[in-house]
Amino acid sequence: MSRRVVITGLGVVSPNGMGVPDFLHAIRNGVSGIKFIPQYEELKFNCQVSGLPEFEWEQLRNYITETSLYGLKGKGIAFGIKAALDAWMDAGNNIVSEETLWETGCIFGSSVADTDVIKNAITRVDAKESKKLGSRVVEQIMNSGVTAYISGRLGLGNKIINNSSACATGTQAILMGYEYIKYGMAKRMVVGSSEYVDSYVFGAFDSMHVLSRKFNDQPEKASRPMSMSASGFVPGSGAGALILEDLDYALAHNATIYAEILGGSNNSGGQRSGGTMTASSSAGVIKCIREALADANTSAQSIDLISGHLTATIADKFEIQNWVQALDRKGYDFPMVNSLKSMIGHCLSAAGSIEAVAVVLQIVHQFAHPNINLEDPNPEIIDLISANNLPTTMVNREINVVAKANFGFGDVNTCLIISKYNNNG
Amino acid sequence: MDRKTIFTELKKVLAPYTENKEMLDGISEETDLIRDLKINSANLVDIIIDAESQYNIEIDFDSAEKMYKVGSCIDVIIDKMNQSA
Repeated sequence: MSRRVVITGLGVVSPNGMGVPDFLHAIRNGVSGIKFIPQYEELKFNCQVSGLPEFEWEQLRNYITETSLYGLKGKGIAFGIKAALDAWMDAGNNIVSEETLWETGCIFGSSVADTDVIKNAITRVDAKESKKLGSRVVEQIMNSGVTAYISGRLGLGNKIINNSSACATGTQAILMGYEYIKYGMAKRMVVGSSEYVDSYVFGAFDSMHVLSRKFNDQPEKASRPMSMSASGFVPGSGAGALILEDLDYALAHNATIYAEILGGSNNSGGQRSGGTMTASSSAGVIKCIREALADANTSAQSIDLISGHLTATIADKFEIQNWVQALDRKGYDFPMVNSLKSMIGHCLSAAGSIEAVAVVLQIVHQFAHPNINLEDPNPEIIDLISANNLPTTMVNREINVVAKANFGFGDVNTCLIISKYNNNG
Repeated sequence: MDRKTIFTELKKVLAPYTENKEMLDGISEETDLIRDLKINSANLVDIIIDAESQYNIEIDFDSAEKMYKVGSCIDVIIDKMNQSA
C-alpha cells in the first residue's frame, strides 16, 4: 500500500517575518527583510547587508524551560526551536508530553554549528580556562544540537537526524521526512532546517566574491535574483519547519491539511560534466527534477509554479536553462517562477525549509508571491521563459502543483513536488 | 562571611538551574540539589563555576564531588574561602 504524506503544520523565522501570519503578509506584499549591518562595514566586508530575523531571546520564554533557556547561546538552535515548536502547535499539538512519542521523529538540518559558541570554546581553551566552559557548550557546538533541543522538548522517539547538504539541506530534510512516512517507518515527522550566518561564515563567503556588494546603501535592493544587475547573493538567517503526517494518521485526529507532498528526489551530479564543488552539473539538476516528477507520478505539464533556488548569481540563467530542459517547457508555456531570496536573501541551509513554507502558503492561499527587484530581468532568461512568468507583484491564480528545488555546494540537488491536498486521491 | 549569608547567596546561584522556584524558597542545608531541586546532574559543574566566580575561589574535583547538598556546598565554599584568605 502506498502511503500519502500531508503537511499539517508550519513554522517560520524569516528575515521578513517572525511567525506564519507576518511572513504571509510579507511574501504577499513583497516586503524585504534585508538590512544594512554596520558591523560588516567595520569588518571591511564587500557585502554589508544581510537578512536577519527580528529575534529576541525572550520569544523562547514559553517554548523551552527556563533552565534550558538559561545558557542557550546558539542562535541557529534558537531559530530552529522557534520554527519547529510553532509548526508543532500549528498542527494542533501541545508542547509538553509526558510520554515518548515513538511514532514521531525529527529531521532538522543545519550547515555549521554556531561559530560564536565555538569561538567562546576556542577562546577559553586557548586561555587555559577550559574549566570555565561548563556543561552547555557541547550540546550547542554539536551539529545535532538543534535536533536534540527540538526532539527533547517534544519527547520525540522516532528517527532524530540532523542532516546537512549545504544549500539543499532544507529541502533534503523535508524529503527525508516524507520518505520515512511514505515507507512506513514513522507516522509523523517534524522537518525543517535553520541557519545563523555569523560574521565568520559571512566573511568566508564574502572572500569568495559571490556576495552582492553594489547595494550596501540600498539594502532592500541588494538581493536581485534573475536581474541583469544581480551581482551576487545576500546571506540570510532563519529557520523553517513543517509537520508531515501519514494521511490516515492525520485524518484520524482531524488535522488541518495544508498540502500534500507528492514526491521528490535528492541526488548529486558527482562533480562531473561541469559540476564542481561550487557549481551544479546540469545533468544532475535535470535528472533530479525529472526523478522528482516521476516519484510524484505527475507530469511536467502539471507544474503551476517553480519555487527556484535562484540566488542572484550567474547561476540563475543556468538554473532556468536546466528547468526548461527538465520540464521540456519554454516561453509562454513555462510555469511561473519566483525566488523568495529576492525578499530575504539566501538563508543557506535554512533556504529550502523557509521557501517550502512559502510554497505551502501560496498553495493554501492560491497566489504566487512577487520577485522583488526584478525591474531589469536578464534578457537571456526572458528569451527562455517569457517575462510574464516572472511575477513582480503578487499574482492571484490557481496554484495546484509546485516544484521546489535547491542546489548546494558539493553538487547536491533536491527537488520536491508539493500539491494542493485533494481528498479524492 | 558567615554561613547564613552564604546560604542566602547560594539560593541565587542555584536559581537559574531549577524549575522548582517555590521549592528553592523553602530549602534547608539538607536539601539535595538533584533529588529535591530536580537540578540536572550535568548542570552541577555550572553551579560550581558560578560559585567559583561568586566567591573568587577554586574548587577542585574532589571537593566538587561533595557538593550535592546545600549544606555540603556551603562547607566547601567556606573551606575554600579560608584557604584563599
